[in-house]
This record gives sequence, C-alpha cells and structure tokens, in this order.
Amino acid sequence: MAKLTLDPRDTSTDTQELLGMYRLMVRVRRFEESLYRRYREGKIGGYLHRYDGEEALVAGVVPLLRRDDYILCTYRDHGHAISCGVPMREVMAELYGRVGGCAAGKGGSMHLIGPEYGFLGGDGIVGGPVPVALGVGYAIKMRGGDQVCACYFGDGAINQGGVHESMNMAALYGVPVLFILENNGYAMGTAVERSTRQPDMVAKAAAHGIAGEQIDAMDAQVVREAASRIIGSMRTTHEPYFLEARCYRYVGHGVADNAQQQRFYREEDEIEQWKRRDPLLSTRARLVELGALGEADEKALEAEVEAEIAEAVAFAEQSPEPPLDSLYENVFTESMGV
Amino acid sequence: MALMRYAEALRLAMAEEMERDPSVFICGEEVGQYQGTFRVTEGLMQRFGRDRVVDTPISEIGIAGMATGAAMAGLRPIAEFMTWSFALSAMDQIVNHAAKITYMSGGRIQCPVVFRGPAGTGNQLSAQHSQSLEAWFMHVPGLKVAMPATAADAKGLLKYAIRDPNPVIFMEHAGLYSQRGEVPEDPDFVIPFGQAAIVREGTDVTLVAYSHMVSTCLKAAVSLHDMGISAEVIDLRTLTPLDMDTVLASVAKTHRAVVTQEEWLNVGAAAEIAARIGEMGFDDLDAPVLRVGGADVPMPYAKKLESAAIPNEQDVIAAALRVTD
Ligand SMILES: Cc1ncc(C[n+]2csc(CCOP(=O)(O)OP(=O)(O)O)c2C)c(N)n1
Ligand SMILES: [Mg+2]
Repeated sequence: MAKLTLDPRDTSTDTQELLGMYRLMVRVRRFEESLYRRYREGKIGGYLHRYDGEEALVAGVVPLLRRDDYILCTYRDHGHAISCGVPMREVMAELYGRVGGCAAGKGGSMHLIGPEYGFLGGDGIVGGPVPVALGVGYAIKMRGGDQVCACYFGDGAINQGGVHESMNMAALYGVPVLFILENNGYAMGTAVERSTRQPDMVAKAAAHGIAGEQIDAMDAQVVREAASRIIGSMRTTHEPYFLEARCYRYVGHGVADNAQQQRFYREEDEIEQWKRRDPLLSTRARLVELGALGEADEKALEAEVEAEIAEAVAFAEQSPEPPLDSLYENVFTESMGV
Repeated sequence: MALMRYAEALRLAMAEEMERDPSVFICGEEVGQYQGTFRVTEGLMQRFGRDRVVDTPISEIGIAGMATGAAMAGLRPIAEFMTWSFALSAMDQIVNHAAKITYMSGGRIQCPVVFRGPAGTGNQLSAQHSQSLEAWFMHVPGLKVAMPATAADAKGLLKYAIRDPNPVIFMEHAGLYSQRGEVPEDPDFVIPFGQAAIVREGTDVTLVAYSHMVSTCLKAAVSLHDMGISAEVIDLRTLTPLDMDTVLASVAKTHRAVVTQEEWLNVGAAAEIAARIGEMGFDDLDAPVLRVGGADVPMPYAKKLESAAIPNEQDVIAAALRVTD
C-alpha cells in the first residue's frame, strides 16, 4: 500500500499563483469527469486513462515552463495537454477522433500533442518517453540554450531498462532533463512494493549520478515550490534532476479497471484516505483562508469551467471526421527537395 | 467437447500442461494477483502458487530473458506479454538469444520457451497498441509461429507449443478472446504445428487465412457463394512451420488464390505465401495470386480511418472476384 512520509515544507507561493493552480486543477478534474461520461456514451473510443488525484503534478510544474521548454508524458496525458495550453476543444475533438483534434484525429487519448507549446506528446508505451526525453535534452544542450525538458513517467516505468539507460546517459552527457516520476503507488494492479525491492526511487536516480528528491505531490504548493527551485537551477546548471512525486490515482487504471477489478489490488478505504488529501481541497482551503476565494468566486469558476467544457464538446461534435484520403497522409513528411 | 471461450481454452491448455509437467511455469505482467489483463490466466496463481505463476514488473526484456534462460536450464516457461506491441524491447532476447541458441550451440542446448499474448488491430487503440507483427518473427530462423483462429485450436496449439522443444511465438487475437467454440476436453488433445485446416471446401478460389482473418474469409465465402463463386477457406494455424502442401493441393483444385492477413501488407506473411504458391504451384494457376492486408500506415485513432485501414470481408470479396473474373 502506498504510504506518505514527507516533511511539511515552507509555503511561500503567493495568492495569484495559488489561484492559477487551483483554476488549472479544477479545469483538469472537471474535464476528466466529463470525458468519462462521453466515453460511456460511446463518443470516445479506445482507452481512457484519467488523471484524477494527480492534478497538482501538472499544475505545480507546467506553468513554470516556458514555451520553448519541452514536455513529454505517458498515455495519462489529458491534464498535461491542457496545462501546456492545448485548447480544451482540441483535446476533446481529438478524443472524438475529429479533424479539429490536436492530432487531426489520428492519435486519440494516448497521443495528445502540442508542439507549439513544447508538448511533445503522450506515449502509449510504458517507459517510452524517457529515452526520447534524453534526446530532447541533448538537442537543448547542443544548441546551447537554457531550456529544460520535463519528462513524466510512472512508477511502473522505473522498471524498464530503457529508463535506466537514459538516466545514465543523461547524467553522463549532462543534459537538462527533469525526470518526473509520477509515483501514484500502482502500475495497473501492481503496487510499487510488488515490483521492486528498492522502492526508494531517489536512490535509483542517485545510482546513475542524478540528484533528486521526493515530494508530496498531493499538495500543489509543495510541487510548485520544488519545481520552481529545481527548474530555476537547471537553467544554469543544465544538469538532469530527478523528482519522485508521491501521488495517487483515484479512479481505475483505465475504464476496464473498474471497482470490481480494483479489489484485486487496493481497498476502498485507501482511496478515501488519499482523497482526504485531495490537492483541489487543500488548495481551496488555503485560498479561503487567505480570503482569496469566496463562495461566489468558486461558483463563477465552476461555471466558467463548465462552459469551457460545453464549448469543447460543441466544437468536437461539429468538427468533421477525417476524410478517408487522409489515411495515407503523414506516414512520411513530404520532402521539399534535398 | 465443451463449449468455451478462446481465452478459457488457452487457460485450460496451460492448466493441463502445468498439471502434467511441473517444469511449466508462467511469467508476465498482471498474470497472477490481478487475474490476467484479459483474464486468460484467471485462477492459475491460486491453483499453482506464486512460484509458478509469476507476477513481474513492467520489464519486458526481463520477462523474455527470464523465460529464455529458464528454458535453457531445463524448465518450460510461458512468458506472457500483455500485448505483443509491448514486446518490442524484448526483441533482442527473443531474436538474438532464444531463436539462435540451439543452432549456435550445435544443437547442444534446447530452448523450449513459449512467448504468448494478444496481437491484432481494432478498438480504436491507435498506432502503438493496434498492430500485428507476426512477419517479424516468421522472418527469423529458429522461431515457430502459431496464430490460432478458434477456441479448439487455441487449446490444441498452445499445448503443442508448450511441449515443443523450440521457442514458439504464440500470437493470440484480442478480438477472439470472447469467441466461443467447442473444445475437446481430452488432456492428450494437441494440434501438431504445420497442419493447416480446410475450414470450408470450395472449387473456384482458395482463400488463405490465419487468426482473425479466418472468420473474415468465412464470411466472405458465404457472400461469394451467393454470387455463384465457390470459395475454399484454409486456416494455416501456424506460419512457421507453414503447411504449403495443403495450400498447394487446394490451389491445384481451384487454380486461384487470395492470401489474406490483418497486418500491414508490405513484406507480410501473405507475401511469403504468395511467392511460394508462385514458385511451387505456377502451373496450376489461372490467375495471379492476390494479397489482402492492412493499409501500410500506423493505425489511426479515428473510427472511420481505422475501419479503412483494417482489411474486411469486402476487401476479400473484391480480390476473389478479381481472380475469378
Ligand atoms: C512496455 C509496456 N508494457 C506494458 C504496457 C501496458 N501498460 C500500460 S499502462 C501500464 C501500467 C503503468 O503504470 P505506471 O507506469 O505506474 O503509470 P500509471 O498508469 O500509474 O500512471 C501497463 C502495464 C505498456 N503500455 N507498455
Ligand atoms: Mg503508477
């Protein structure tokens, strides 16, 4: 079972930042909830991996990145796409498999993309984005910029050989990749302790010569402060860094991992325990305490997000299906002459 | 005989072989405590224990290597890949190790390992999860390749695969797991590799298929029948070894052949089979051998595009009409 043993950290994020994170987390949470309904209605196909409970991990990091930085992540990518700035309507249209989608309907839920925001996409292969992130980091290094590449991957991915090859090489060449381990305690039905005898993830990174730390990713403020410090320092050191973010996934791995399936690996009670530490709740409580979020503000925010989702759905519904002759397009990039 | 699903038939095959031979064990992701991603291994961990139904981390190189090495050391491992799409990082263990050790050792080492899991396209799973890569394995000397189309074959071929002293690539089809069929309950029922089945007799054209394309071809044969064309449908069952005798005997009768596959058309299994028909059965042919296969594109997500990329009954009918024209 996933346990949390972290020191409370100093909190100095200002109110505007808190509000920004709260708003983003509400957008991601409500969006995921609406996707599930669309999936049930048969409007969305394929797999659907939701991010409910892990929102602080994007809200506390992505807004700190610049447009010329890079982000890669897993198939659990809706929150990352939205945080990066991909318009919600383009994400929705992608999930509907329409031309208005961010990948023109060709990618689907696991392959959201937004190159103009530095978002190099979700990846359906466990561990898959990590070697790619090494290369992105190397490109940054060769060009001599101060950008960083943030690469999100799961606790299941840490047991992939390619992840370790990449960490070793990132340290060897000194490339600015921020390895963000989304440790939500489980890889499908496998608890972390059932997949490794060394659950200290920071130690694994250290074995490759990469500095790192563990943070409580149920708290957006904690995530933001750590990310701010780390990214700021990476812009001058250009060295890789490893962040083990302790979090929890509230819903099943995917839609097929229903309540009955989940009984094979976790207790209802554990989910409830973690929900008490919900990043939306804690951020809201802080904002209320600061007098920055009243009942009316909250209502307005929920209404605004609801409208954004409704607009996204309307856009997706009216966006045409990709024409059949687009089937063979994009297998290669057309050469303009060499 | 008992009516059961394809997935249950696979489970029964493994359970019977584990009962029969204590050196048989299973390793893979979510095969035990979670009861199998597709329920294929359901209940086996409770029955045979955690040492014989081994839950692994998401480490495909490790899974393939663990099975290969254990086979070299005398066990009979069954390595499950959650899907064959996830086995790509394990190619080195399979191709450079499992497939070659017998030859490299001058026959001094056996490697009786089974690599199994679902392959196939569909369900809008898009580019990285929806593909069928059997031709890659068929290309490699030293690997046997089985792709059952029915519940009975799933059982009989898997039992044979486990008993075979060689590495076997056992590709199931996710779209067939819930299909029901009559399955022999006899624990000695096995289907030897290299024996294709004529699943429908006909006189005008031979439709060659395996895995999910067998049912597609059978449906096409019904439509063709209504058009006055008698199609013979062959289920190859295994791609290595390939039962060319059955195919050639059929072509000698029908004089026309359409070879089908779900995977990308380019350099696929059908290309090899068509070439062999051309080389060995040229004198019997009244028309060029045609191939039907998937569009040569990474699988798109959008439903209509996906349907256009996966070969269907209409594609088979069109090809059959062309060769019988
Ligand atoms: C190489 C590979 N093996 C297996 C899978 C199937 N699979 C998809 S997600 C998943 C669990 C991954 O867990 P984790 O890395 O912890 O990420 P989380 O889903 O918890 O975000 C598995 C086994 C895959 N996609 N790729
Ligand atoms: Mg996880």
